[in-house]
Amino acid sequence: MKVDFKLVGALIAGDRQADRIVPPTGFTAQLTLFAAGAMAFLAVFALALSLAAGRLAERWGDELARTSTIRIVAPVGQVGAQTDAALAVLSTTAGVASARALTDEEQEALLAPWFGADLQLDSLPVPRLIEVIEAASGFDANGLRLRLSAEVPGAFLDDHTRWRAPLVEAASRLRLLGWVALLLIAAAVAAMVTLAANAALAANAQVIAVLRLVGATDRYISQAFVRRFTLRALVGSVIGMVLGMISVVLLPSSGDASGFLTGFGFQGMSWLVPLFVPVLTAGVALMATAFASRRALEALS
Amino acid sequence: MIDLENVAYSYGGGELLSDISVKLAPGSFHFLTGPSGAGKTTFLKLCYGALLPTAGHVRVFDADVRGLDRDDVANVRRKIGVVHQDVQFLDHLPVADNIALPLTVSGKAADAHSADLSELMQWVGLTNRAAALPPELSGGERQRAAVARAVIMSPDVVLADEPTGNIDWEMSQRILKLLLELNKMGKTVLIATHDLSLIRAAKAEVQARVLRISNRRIQLAGADL
Repeated sequence: MKVDFKLVGALIAGDRQADRIVPPTGFTAQLTLFAAGAMAFLAVFALALSLAAGRLAERWGDELARTSTIRIVAPVGQVGAQTDAALAVLSTTAGVASARALTDEEQEALLAPWFGADLQLDSLPVPRLIEVIEAASGFDANGLRLRLSAEVPGAFLDDHTRWRAPLVEAASRLRLLGWVALLLIAAAVAAMVTLAANAALAANAQVIAVLRLVGATDRYISQAFVRRFTLRALVGSVIGMVLGMISVVLLPSSGDASGFLTGFGFQGMSWLVPLFVPVLTAGVALMATAFASRRALEALS
Repeated sequence: MIDLENVAYSYGGGELLSDISVKLAPGSFHFLTGPSGAGKTTFLKLCYGALLPTAGHVRVFDADVRGLDRDDVANVRRKIGVVHQDVQFLDHLPVADNIALPLTVSGKAADAHSADLSELMQWVGLTNRAAALPPELSGGERQRAAVARAVIMSPDVVLADEPTGNIDWEMSQRILKLLLELNKMGKTVLIATHDLSLIRAAKAEVQARVLRISNRRIQLAGADL
């Protein structure tokens, strides 16, 4: 659709006299206001979803990509020696920033959710875990596996690729879903405003006839309707956005947890992003009404 | 000024007007008469570009209406004041704003023309009804408001379609007087009416040409009027 810059300019400049030619009441006013408000409310949540999913994908992608785990599975008497051997291999592996074996207390803490806090690690054949932190350049996982298999037969490298990829992909899909939801919301706003504008134009056929009789151009008539509907959509979406942001604020705080649902919302500068929702809604309403009014005025010729 | 040459207009498969050739010269006064349904309103609409002829040519201010785009048609309508029998107003605006509507839609600030507007309201006798809404007006007041709205842009031509159709004789004379005064100011006036008494009354005041639509064609009416 061609953007009518003159119309946009006139819309921003405003015309108090022209505004008065459109009757001020009617169900279309409430419909536009409600639709814009409801959609802006949903848009704020879709934005929060998309931004939270983005952060999650970034965190999983970034944090998990830089850590790996080595399991030492060996007879009890050989675990210590094989752990030292594995650490020795890691200390000479390019791309490994640091490596350390988890202490008994750390391993007990990891198992506590399943076995309870009183777990005696000695009573279970639990493998020793080595946490490996990658340098920025990363390491050659296949090469490291070959070295470990030759020098530490009980060592198994898990570079998290197997389960990191689906998680990151799921988070990315979730982010995409958020943007698709935003697009659908914009389309729904356009459809509802178009319907409301069409209804208003049809209901005001007599007004249009009078205006044409006294020499009003189609641009003038269209501008009056477009301005009315755009301003209604703007007001409705501001209300919806404010309510949406209040609702997001009232969601449970994440605190120290980093779970997805508790991390849902905006952080830092991303709180400014919802402020664009009313602007976009007004823009969509402007284009939808301009399109609807042009068609309606042609039909009423 | 307005020139119809061999104009025909068909509607719904039938020809309503046929081979119409009429010139409305500057400052002239015309009556258009004929029975109901003869095509008087259609003739007027052809004159101000609301309808396009199905044959022939309509030239308004030297421009063929077929060559006018929508903005051109709007500009033409600012130079032609139109008064309809079933006058339509914007019911949510006061009478004064309705009369000033042609100024508003042409981008002229009504405030800047408030003196003209007051004078015009006084001329049509509606000064005390300026703040009323159109539904509150009587038939005669609506017609006078329509005349005021038609002339506020100081148009070159005034076309009136049965302007006295819904009002009593006294009010008819008042409307006629307004239109005669406009003609004396140099405006071209065309009144479509089936009211022969109105035509007789006008002919005592002005040299008017009377056109009659009969059998889809225009004839110059004779002394029988």
